[in-house]
Amino acid sequence: MNSVVTKAPHEHDDSTTKLGFWIYLMTDCVLFATLFATYAVLRGNTYGGPGGSELFDMPFVLAETLILLTSSFTSGLAMLAVHQKNVRQIVVWLAATFALGAAFLGLELSEFAKLAGEGHSWQASAFLSAFFTLVGTHGLHITAGLVWLSVMLWQLRRKGLTAHTSRQLGLFSMFWHFLDVVWIFIFTIVYLMGVA
Amino acid sequence: MTLQASLKNYTIGFVLSVILTLLAYGAVVNHWSTGWVLIALIISLAIVQLVIQLVFFLHLGNETKPRWNLLTFLFMMMVLLIIVIGSLWIMNNLNYNMMMSPEEMDTYMMQQSNKGF
Repeated sequence: MNSVVTKAPHEHDDSTTKLGFWIYLMTDCVLFATLFATYAVLRGNTYGGPGGSELFDMPFVLAETLILLTSSFTSGLAMLAVHQKNVRQIVVWLAATFALGAAFLGLELSEFAKLAGEGHSWQASAFLSAFFTLVGTHGLHITAGLVWLSVMLWQLRRKGLTAHTSRQLGLFSMFWHFLDVVWIFIFTIVYLMGVA
Repeated sequence: MTLQASLKNYTIGFVLSVILTLLAYGAVVNHWSTGWVLIALIISLAIVQLVIQLVFFLHLGNETKPRWNLLTFLFMMMVLLIIVIGSLWIMNNLNYNMMMSPEEMDTYMMQQSNKGF
């Protein structure tokens, strides 16, 4: 009898899945790099309208930044609970991550609505087109993350903590940490350098 | 790594990130410096925070060989720097050679659009 157990082709171990997802994140970085480059080139082209220093509300942006940073931390705490196989704690930290992420998205959308309502929409100048594209693409990623998070919370209720759900949770926390890393540079290059 | 050590790592990463964010914010809002010095300061703070989050949140440091995550990250950084620095370099040269600052270009384009083009 041959005692060697072979894996079915679709069963790779977690480290391969994680590396694959990491490579996706790296290509997403290149996408953001092109948008950052576009913004950096066009930031002076305000078409006679106001620039960043007149438009940005800095205490508001600082609040957004700290909220997203805290949600990155709570998603890390959820991962620690995954390692402990403590489903109750996983749900608590994921719910906190969701609430903070949704608060961030709400603040961002209200900033966008305020700018557009005052006549500073993406159509007003090249600077504003580049601004809305860069910050909006990040917001779109946050939205996708929130959808993913709610699907996982539902799966945790339905299936419990299986090999599949814990792998998904690992990938999600990578995605969420990555979005906070991108936000460091939006905060610095768009907002801080915009008013400096 | 034990659970206690992981929790400690996340907490250190979080506290350091908050401090760096507040430092960068304070430097700009309270005008601790101006011009290129201020820009260099806040970009350095952002890069330090990038490294901290990569190490403490994304665990890029404690990978075993072969370090594929680190290698793909470094390759991505190379592509990123070529795109960003290359674009800025070319577009600044273009503005320079057309003898127009972005503001002058704006004025010129508004004149053209007033003419009805």
